Amino acid sequence: MKKLIISENLCKGCGLCVEACSRGVLSLSERTNAMGYRVTECVAPDKCISCACCAVMCPDCVIQVHREVKA
Amino acid sequence: MDKIVFRKPPLLTDAPMHYCPGCTHGIVHRLIAEALDELGEFENVIGVAPVGCAVFAYNYFKCDMFQAAHGRAPAVATGIKRARPDSTVFVYQGDGDLASIGMAEIVHAAARGENMTVVFINNGIYGMTGGQMAPTTLEGQKTTTSQSGRSAKEHGNPIKVCEMLSALTGPAYIARVSVHDVKAVKTARAALVRGFAMQKAERGFSLIEILSTCPTNFGMTPQQALCWVRDHGTAAYPLGVYKDIGLPGEGRE
Ligand SMILES: Cc1ncc(C[n+]2csc(CCOP(=O)(O)OP(=O)(O)O)c2C)c(N)n1
Ligand code: SF4
Ligand code: SF4
Ligand code: SF4
Repeated sequence: MKKLIISENLCKGCGLCVEACSRGVLSLSERTNAMGYRVTECVAPDKCISCACCAVMCPDCVIQVHREVKA
Repeated sequence: MDKIVFRKPPLLTDAPMHYCPGCTHGIVHRLIAEALDELGEFENVIGVAPVGCAVFAYNYFKCDMFQAAHGRAPAVATGIKRARPDSTVFVYQGDGDLASIGMAEIVHAAARGENMTVVFINNGIYGMTGGQMAPTTLEGQKTTTSQSGRSAKEHGNPIKVCEMLSALTGPAYIARVSVHDVKAVKTARAALVRGFAMQKAERGFSLIEILSTCPTNFGMTPQQALCWVRDHGTAAYPLGVYKDIGLPGEGRE
């Protein structure tokens, strides 16, 4: 299961999600989107605990967060 | 099993926002949408956008929106709410819009106790027009029109909107919050929920001041701007609830 679904096309590369994540899961990529912004990317998916702190600080609703729950 | 713990709230459209990277207008738009969603308000919501960077807010909310002349949003909202008392009306205003050209409208709407919810974005600057001094600019803060820093003697003292309006009889709920980190954002969301709950319960006027950033005109990175608000913004503008007459059932009527 993917914990983070990142709508790269909406990302403005502001870095607030990167700062909000205390686990070093996110980083700004060298890739740019159609708006010309460097996009955020998940560089350490295994460290993600689905706390959604990154998404809470994102001004552009770029990140959707999923969590694995017991059925 | 896969559970979605965070998604864009349904009241926001899919339109990409025009705000600068890291501008907190986007966070606050989302919080308004989340607060309305939490209260089950969707069909009957009418928002009033200001003049300022949020002038295009009507593109981002799925509810009905009106765009008022500079500073006049509370007057327009008064008409909307009185004509459609069953609707949930929110007003969105920057500090140039609300505390400068629109000071008369906000004071009188608050004094009348109009049953509406005002979201007041205090970023201490005129964003849209290029970073001029606002009534809320901090002492010592440099802007394009206070280049050696705002001085109380030359430019007047910063205006504390919550403190001022909470002295009036009309308002039901007045609070100042911030969005400088995750915890602050969650508190801000709760304040918006309470503001809208006041309106639903017909308790009267509510205003939530949100300390915000304008990274572009602060000349800072988005994160530096948030730290600046945390360290300097909240020192000049203390966070907290300035007035709360209580909701029905809370034993305060
Ligand atoms: C009647 C009138 N006077 C002046 C202006 C120019 N003007 C546009 S936006 C603005 C101030 C915006 O500042 P603020 O309300 O703080 O919003 P922000 O852009 O920071 O979000 C001014 C003075 C105008 N559009 N209309
Ligand atoms: S959900 Fe939490 S742990 Fe995962 S990237 Fe976002 S902030 Fe980091
Ligand atoms: S906070 Fe949002 S817009 Fe900013 S870099 Fe992260 S995902 Fe992109
Ligand atoms: S000018 Fe300032 S307030 Fe306006 S969108 Fe840019 S950062 Fe936000």
